[in-house]
Amino acid sequence: MELFFQQLINGLSLGALYALVAVGYTVVYGIVQLINFAHGEIFMIGAFGAYATWVLMGSPSDWTATTSLLVLLPMMIIGGMVASVATALATERFAYRPLRGAPRLAPLISAIGVSVFLQELVRLFFGKIPGMPDAKSSVPFPDIAGISGATITLGGVIIQMPAIFTLAALAVSTVFLWYFVNRTKTGRAMVATSQDPDTARLMGINVDRVIMAAFAVGAALAAIAGVAHGLMNGNIGFRMGFLAGLKAFTAAVLGGIGNINGAVVGGLVLGLAEAMASNYLGTTAWKDVWAFVLLILVLVFRPQGLLGAKVVDRA
Amino acid sequence: MNKRIYSLAGVAVLAASLALTGCGARTDAGTGGGTATKVAKIGVIAPLSGDLSAMGLGIKNSVDLAIKQANASNAIPGWKLELAAEDDQATPDVGKNAATKLASDDQVIGVVGTLNSGVAQSTIPVLDAAHIAQVSPANTNPALTKGADYTTAPARPNANYFRTCTTDDVQGPFAAQYLLGAGIKKVATVHDKTPYGQGLVTEFTKAFTAGGGTVVDAETINPDDDNFSAVISKVKAAGPDAVYYGGVYAEAGPLAKQMKGAGLSVPLMGGDGIYDGNFMKLGGNDGDLATSVGAPVETLSSAKAFLDGYKAAAYADGYSAYGAYAYDAANAIIAALKTSLASASDAKSAREGTITALASVSFDGATGKVGFDKYGDSVARVLTVYKVVDGKWVAEKTGELK
Repeated sequence: MELFFQQLINGLSLGALYALVAVGYTVVYGIVQLINFAHGEIFMIGAFGAYATWVLMGSPSDWTATTSLLVLLPMMIIGGMVASVATALATERFAYRPLRGAPRLAPLISAIGVSVFLQELVRLFFGKIPGMPDAKSSVPFPDIAGISGATITLGGVIIQMPAIFTLAALAVSTVFLWYFVNRTKTGRAMVATSQDPDTARLMGINVDRVIMAAFAVGAALAAIAGVAHGLMNGNIGFRMGFLAGLKAFTAAVLGGIGNINGAVVGGLVLGLAEAMASNYLGTTAWKDVWAFVLLILVLVFRPQGLLGAKVVDRA
Repeated sequence: MNKRIYSLAGVAVLAASLALTGCGARTDAGTGGGTATKVAKIGVIAPLSGDLSAMGLGIKNSVDLAIKQANASNAIPGWKLELAAEDDQATPDVGKNAATKLASDDQVIGVVGTLNSGVAQSTIPVLDAAHIAQVSPANTNPALTKGADYTTAPARPNANYFRTCTTDDVQGPFAAQYLLGAGIKKVATVHDKTPYGQGLVTEFTKAFTAGGGTVVDAETINPDDDNFSAVISKVKAAGPDAVYYGGVYAEAGPLAKQMKGAGLSVPLMGGDGIYDGNFMKLGGNDGDLATSVGAPVETLSSAKAFLDGYKAAAYADGYSAYGAYAYDAANAIIAALKTSLASASDAKSAREGTITALASVSFDGATGKVGFDKYGDSVARVLTVYKVVDGKWVAEKTGELK
């Protein structure tokens, strides 16, 4: 039973990470019907932005837990967000907007190109920035006092602080997203645009601005996920966005692409499926197999995903 | 409009190819005519970028050093040696392209590489077809020299392939003997599903169970994964006294860090793939163990020429785990070239002769005795167990596998 709860925690924290990234796929898809395959790289750049912020703050390693949690970590998250949002807006402006009216495969290929470009950019040039380490192989993520290595033990189950951070980040982000979508003008403009872009434009909504907002929101959450990834796994690297992006995209489809709550649910379900499958269904080698079997089963019986709308594809 | 673009493009391509061939011809004439020496190239195929670049660059630099030293001492009269390094990105496909590129260069006569056994599987056939010798400083998969049925019916698949390191069928059992000797009877194994990792764990498991130990849990990880919490929780529930990992430091470091974070405080032991300073940088803990082939380079008197030369050359990267083996591999090729190039008119015609000569090479290198048995394996069977003490690898026990 202890092992069950341990895997539950493992699965939930991994799932929370997937969910934070999955939101970025889903908001962009909901508005422009683009599968932004470069989003995994936005997540990676968020992690590197946070790392760079840490270096710019003088690589502090002897701060107390309180100052680390109240100053260092928020600064790193903001630094990561600046990097990821700027990158996301730049890719939207230069790689996707010129292809807005093109057939749907064109922006998809463009997204794959952006993904490769961003990976190589970090691989080749991150180390060229003064003070930054070479990023051609994995870079150890800084230890944050109070989080890294700290654990809480509950009846034999060890809960690591980075896992709690990730779950808390997902909870806060979900509340923020709900507020943003339902209570702000930009958020409601986003909903309107996703329902009917032409009518939304006629109603005076600046569709370009709404699309930029969608990219920015997704990138900001991806940056939080990037920091969470660094804290949970201890390393970041230029390739980290590939598999995480693939899994997050899977989570978005599982939950129903285009639906924000679906992305959160899909992420958590996928993470749990992986953790439980590696424990109860064969060895850990099979975890990805079972995760994708689950995806196929869900899509066979609910093609729109767990929480997806009845008609998703309207193009 | 379109037609004009095509014809413009055609002109551009033509001009570019003319310019390129022109360049090539000039350089050939320059080296051939000016100094009256002929050029032979020793290739390197290793990961020069990516997660394993620390090891790959160590290999490249060490071969470079061997070549420079041979040229300085005029080891092969009338010939000048050059380095031709290709990046394989630790990927079989890229490695195959690199091998094809080197094979099409008539001046290439031997290749040092690869780092990964998985990449070697795709480079050996390409180089064999071109009769180019490949000497690996680091491939430890037994099947490369003795075929797929290496335990029951060993048969050498490619005559052009040699290696200066010992193999998994020696490393795994050596680790097993060490752990049993230290009183550890319960071990969990984890590997990364590569030929290297799987080979290590298979041979380790055989020797460990034969010696009276129990493998309480056998798991695998995906090399692209970053989060190993599910695996670690499962391993922890099995209650092992140590974890034997088949794979390289890029995953072993984070795995060790996450093991400690999850409260699994037992040593992680691996093969030569984790014997690198980056293992600690990425999260390896004090008390973790690694086996590596040969005696510690720093303690061998025969390694002095290598260590001093490497220091004097002031390379940007350290020689890493395989530098000394790469140096010996390059020197084995150079020793063979002394025979094969002596009467040769050009490098290409001496390729076969180099392979023949390599089989009987014998000298004292940076890692000890260098020579090859009838399969192309190193004759040296000396191994060392290293332990992380205060964030550094320290030799714990050197010995020959019994």
